[in-house]
Amino acid sequence: MIYWQLFLTFLKIGVLGFGGGYAMLSLIQFEVVEQHQWITAAGFTDIVAISQTTPGPIAFNTATYIGYSATGSVWGSVLATIAVCIPPFIIMLTLCRFFFVFRDNRYVKRIMGFIKPVAIGLIGAAAVLLMNRQNFGDRISFIIFGIVLLTQLFVKKVNPIVLIVVAGVAGYFLY
Amino acid sequence: MKSASPYFQLFWSFFKIGAFTLGGGYAMIALFQREVVEKRRWMEEKEFLELLAIAQSAPGPIALNTAIFTGYKTKGIWGSFVAGLGMALPSFVAILLIVYYFTDYKEQPGVERVFKGIRPAVVALIVAPLWKMRKTAGISLKTIWIPVGVLLLISLVGVSPVYVILGTILTAVCCALWEGRRWKKMGGAAL
Repeated sequence: MIYWQLFLTFLKIGVLGFGGGYAMLSLIQFEVVEQHQWITAAGFTDIVAISQTTPGPIAFNTATYIGYSATGSVWGSVLATIAVCIPPFIIMLTLCRFFFVFRDNRYVKRIMGFIKPVAIGLIGAAAVLLMNRQNFGDRISFIIFGIVLLTQLFVKKVNPIVLIVVAGVAGYFLY
Repeated sequence: MKSASPYFQLFWSFFKIGAFTLGGGYAMIALFQREVVEKRRWMEEKEFLELLAIAQSAPGPIALNTAIFTGYKTKGIWGSFVAGLGMALPSFVAILLIVYYFTDYKEQPGVERVFKGIRPAVVALIVAPLWKMRKTAGISLKTIWIPVGVLLLISLVGVSPVYVILGTILTAVCCALWEGRRWKKMGGAAL
């Protein structure tokens, strides 16, 4: 049943969503695009774009969006969003409660240390997974990619939202 | 507002942050600090930073984790529910409105052209922070194989990130166990 699958999938994303924002992308993509095929890779990229231009964390945005588009009902959104919130609640409340036990805990420290470099690989994988034919169909898309990347790397303080809007306008006129 | 219930204050503070920060994540942290430490004085700065470190390393969105620990520190479990709800509500409503109307317009050629331009830009935005993050994650020539290996495992071999993350946690726990045993053998002198 689709609601049950939605709930379990976003629960899983909530449990394993280490490293914040972009690091969760490959995990979310693997689950919703490859595993359950609730959305295409291009559609998933659109969600990331929408997430960048709307308030709130990407994990919430994806849960709300997929919840609706997979079921066609607001209740799908509610369920998926709640599911993605449950694990952080349980884990954070436990950590808060036993803050002094965990602060200097050897295991927690090790996990934190190991997750950091892995998170970089997860972000890289998210980017590579999205570099497919749906998103990079022609020369124009590579030019847009190059310009945005160079702007982000070398021009400081350019708001990503501005870049998304400019790319959207460019797409409207170039395609 | 001074006489407002503390639960409402929690809700309202996180609702505001949730509604007015675009892009999520790290951009929010400065706002959290100002609201939680300077304006409302729910916590000392030192405690806030320590809890923030935990919020960043625990799974889940950092913004939600921050709301949870602030709510818990101020008003216990119900405080954390109220703060989390305030945090989640604006993005929920915004996305619901978009998905509701967007699905009608998505098929229009104009909208599709706009998104065709946006998609490669989004991928560039994901790639861009990697170079900066390399430093904070302590990546050197000796450890570069970790992110590269993870990338190849997922994108080339097709291993699910689920197993990569579980494997990472397992390795970390084994490492800590092994260190603990060595530490005991050496009579607790080292480490």
